[in-house]
Amino acid sequence: MKYVIIGNGIASIGAIEGIRKVATENEILVIGAEDAPAYGRPLISYLLAGKIGPDRLALRPQEFYDKSNVSLMLGTKVTSIDAKAKTVTTDKGDSVEFENLLIATGGIPFTPPIPGSDGSDVYNFTNLAHAHTLISKAKEIKRAVVIGGGLIGLKAGESLFDRGVDVTILELSPRILSLAFDENAAALAGSRLAEVGLNVRCGVSAKEIQRDYDGNLKGVHLTDGDFLQCDVVVIAIGVVPNYNLAKEAGIAVDRGIKVDDHMRTSAASVFAAGDVAQAKDLLFGDDRVIPIWTNAYNQGFCAGKNMTGEDVPFTGSLAMNSISFYGLPTISVGTVNPPEDDETYDTAVSLDEKKKSYRKLVFHNDRIVGYVLVGDIDMAGMYTAFVKFQMAVPEDARKQILAGEPDVLMWPDEFFKKTWNPGVVEPD
Amino acid sequence: MKRVYPDKEYCIGCHLCEVACITAHSKSKDVIIAFREEQGKDGLTACKKVFEKGDICVAISCRHCDEPSCVAACISGGLHKDPETGRTVYDREKCVGCWSCLMACPYGAIKRHPTENKIVKCDLCEGREQGPACVAACPNQALKYEER
Amino acid sequence: MLFQPINKNYHEFCIERDPELCINCKVCVRQCSYEAHYWDEARQKVMHDNAKCIGCHRCEALCPTAALNIVKKRSDFRTNSLWRPVFLQNIYKQADTGGVLLAGMGSPVDIPVYWDSMLLDASQVTNPSIDPLREPMELKTFLGAKPRKLEFRTDKESGKTSLKTKLTPQLELDVPVMFAAMSFGAINFNLHRAMARAATECGTYYNTGEGGLHKSLYKYGQHTIVQVASGRFGVHRDYLRAGAGIEIKVGQGAKPGIGGHLPGEKINDKVSETRMVPIGSDAISPAPHHDIYSIEDLLQLIYALKEASEYKAPVSVKIAAVHNVAAIASGIARAGADIITVDGMRGGTGAAPAMIRDNVGIPIELALAQVDQRLRDEGIRNNVSIVAAGGIRCSADVIKAIALGADAVYIGTATLIAVGCTLCGRCYTGKCPWGIATNDPKLSKRQNPDIAAKKMSNLIHAWGHEIEEMLGGMGLNSIESLRGNRDKLRGIGLSDIELDILGIKHAGR
Repeated sequence: MKYVIIGNGIASIGAIEGIRKVATENEILVIGAEDAPAYGRPLISYLLAGKIGPDRLALRPQEFYDKSNVSLMLGTKVTSIDAKAKTVTTDKGDSVEFENLLIATGGIPFTPPIPGSDGSDVYNFTNLAHAHTLISKAKEIKRAVVIGGGLIGLKAGESLFDRGVDVTILELSPRILSLAFDENAAALAGSRLAEVGLNVRCGVSAKEIQRDYDGNLKGVHLTDGDFLQCDVVVIAIGVVPNYNLAKEAGIAVDRGIKVDDHMRTSAASVFAAGDVAQAKDLLFGDDRVIPIWTNAYNQGFCAGKNMTGEDVPFTGSLAMNSISFYGLPTISVGTVNPPEDDETYDTAVSLDEKKKSYRKLVFHNDRIVGYVLVGDIDMAGMYTAFVKFQMAVPEDARKQILAGEPDVLMWPDEFFKKTWNPGVVEPD
Repeated sequence: MKRVYPDKEYCIGCHLCEVACITAHSKSKDVIIAFREEQGKDGLTACKKVFEKGDICVAISCRHCDEPSCVAACISGGLHKDPETGRTVYDREKCVGCWSCLMACPYGAIKRHPTENKIVKCDLCEGREQGPACVAACPNQALKYEER
Repeated sequence: MLFQPINKNYHEFCIERDPELCINCKVCVRQCSYEAHYWDEARQKVMHDNAKCIGCHRCEALCPTAALNIVKKRSDFRTNSLWRPVFLQNIYKQADTGGVLLAGMGSPVDIPVYWDSMLLDASQVTNPSIDPLREPMELKTFLGAKPRKLEFRTDKESGKTSLKTKLTPQLELDVPVMFAAMSFGAINFNLHRAMARAATECGTYYNTGEGGLHKSLYKYGQHTIVQVASGRFGVHRDYLRAGAGIEIKVGQGAKPGIGGHLPGEKINDKVSETRMVPIGSDAISPAPHHDIYSIEDLLQLIYALKEASEYKAPVSVKIAAVHNVAAIASGIARAGADIITVDGMRGGTGAAPAMIRDNVGIPIELALAQVDQRLRDEGIRNNVSIVAAGGIRCSADVIKAIALGADAVYIGTATLIAVGCTLCGRCYTGKCPWGIATNDPKLSKRQNPDIAAKKMSNLIHAWGHEIEEMLGGMGLNSIESLRGNRDKLRGIGLSDIELDILGIKHAGR
């Protein structure tokens, strides 16, 4: 089999589309552990919240696989990879030979050692199965505690709240979304959640999950001494790269599977992409695991092209999050909390607490390396351009950018022409 | 594939492209009804945006990139490339209004719909026999619909 | 009006906005360079100030729902044949400002238009007409001095015959219509690019006017006539060598006796570079060339230019049509000019004192007839080609001009109308909303050279076809047969003296 992909998530889709951009011959085999066509993982919170039905989960229409000449082995786990012999073995006993292999196994929930977490009524929230479980549970329960005030925790909390459950979210850091937000943004988001009735407690975590003698869940003891009664605990602290397969195969791993700037691992003809990979970061140049949806697709796409033999360097991962809190939209891209004592960083802030509107721009030398927007998010794309293309902010445009009006006419003339109006030769 | 290319040398900032876009995407296809009723009631919005800076102006809309950032960012599969036409297609039914595409597109091509949790993005006037309305409406040939 | 001087009430135009059709899209607000339309924040709708409207029709043309109508203000003065409204309005303005009244474009005064009083002949029965779609029709015209006779020599060995007479340089036109002199500065650069391209495409020429020639247009030099005016703007050696012809501008039909005037507001980087004048200062050409005070001086300049161009380019002299234009033309022909351009009083201008534009000079029809007749009478008609200018409006005017004696015509106003001009006559403000008579970067982009060149080209082609039709109708198959052929014209409703000056008979005779 010319192309084998382990994993059926967005990185896998990206890889298929990348391969097919270059090479239409040769079948692609996708081996996915979940027994479902590739679905939008972030959609599980919409599903849990009741905002969408299961018919809207699929990322691509069924014809996609047929048209792209992709065969699927679903509900099948790969148990081992033999990088030298170039085969993978599945839990069904099959052995598949590959010419090019992509490991896109994603991430698995990080479960900290909280006493009492083993047992019933303690869940994670990272895949469809978890969502289905919580949906059925939500009918019976009154209260839930969500451990983790990051993206997953907040979404899990919101979704359960929308199903009528009383929710408390616990976050260890002084603020929710500690990486993606700064204090101001977190405060605005937090106050919106409080308005709606969702409880968020920062600076605390779970010390122990209390069970009765029969092992039934009673509640959670907090690190500040409080006790919260609840029927269900959702642990949503984060995900870690699911790299065991690679590690056991002798492929180099660090925090994730190490890949070069062509998505290649240390083993020949083996690539990695998505939440499992540790790849070049656009802003810092070094290798990081940036488990963001867009990056997974882009890495998969890049890996796919490289798997066909093309030489396509990866431009780099960029942290970006778009999260709405009950109608309050927020967007966070790049470096939002620059190191405080570093003089090369500069920030510009505009806050309107009444309108719940916030804008923060982070400059490094004269380039924008990150921004947060709360409320007025319409110009986000224009800011992203500055971060992604690393364009210098012209002096006369700085004022306008700080006022929240970046625009495409600030781009360097040549770059603008190349992007928007290429191939025009001025006759005179 | 043919795309709409804007020329900032000859854009006169009249915004007639926006007027034409709104009309072409309205239900009534009548410019007066589109402006007076559909804009307010249904949140009808132009897919084009005219940027102005001093004497320079230009009208921007979706570039239908070969390798779109929006498709990479879309969590529901609502945005995808049509392999036959080459266009970046928006499936309104699938969209959940997460704004990831708006965040990811560095060309400012995606707008929020004013009343619903959906986006507004140029579709190259699919279904319009004479092609993109903005190109036809531009009085100074600052928008060209061609293959390059 | 509140807070406005009294004379603001006497404006000429009113904007009529149909509330049924207006969608408040603000296109008119953005397009009006005189700010007659504005967005009223309090009323949340588009409003207008009629006093600012100068009747250019730009808003009307671009309104997506055709909601606008520009009409004359219906508030009338009492009818008075002597004190027509324009005189009152002018006095109000001068009483307020103490300034010289300026005007743009050609004179609109109500004196006879002789083109409209001349009729053409057609062939019937005895002299069959020619079908231009089936027979070849020659419009090719050569401008330059023609020799009195041709001498040939035959090569004894090869037996081949060749021309012995040395020909002076000629301009070769595929159609007897050229783009008139409109300086870069008076009109914007995009139009010069367009004229250069259109002239090249149509096989004719355009004249740079007194604003010089920008380097990027040197490549169209073979279709360019470079002008040397009294201010000598942009004149240097490369300039003279760049063009296919050189024209000395002695006068201009719209403002005979005075020089060109370019207000400082209209001068930007490019104009400054091309004209070789500082940015922002008025570029005023002196009334006479300060080195031409007699006909002998003119001869010297003509030959100096011929030397500088190595005798490769014909030298033209442009004069305004004034009372003794025939005698002046005779002098110029004897001074060595290859071409004489006669510019009638209806000629256009970017800026001229209104009194001079409307009251000085004579119509081109009369001037042309007299110049042609005089040169024939003196036996020197062959020494020069005559180009007529000053209000040529259509191909019929071109035919009549040629029949009266012109070799070719220049079209200025018609060229600008082709690209959108509505003759509002406010060229001197530098705010031309059609992007024609302005160098404001925001406004000049409204003329896309691609579109403008196509329109100019279309105009020339259209007129060319019509000229062929009219020639064929007269039984002629070559424009040469029409030149000076007064017998093809008849006057109608003209007095004896007018018929005599034009040299034509009355219709019926």
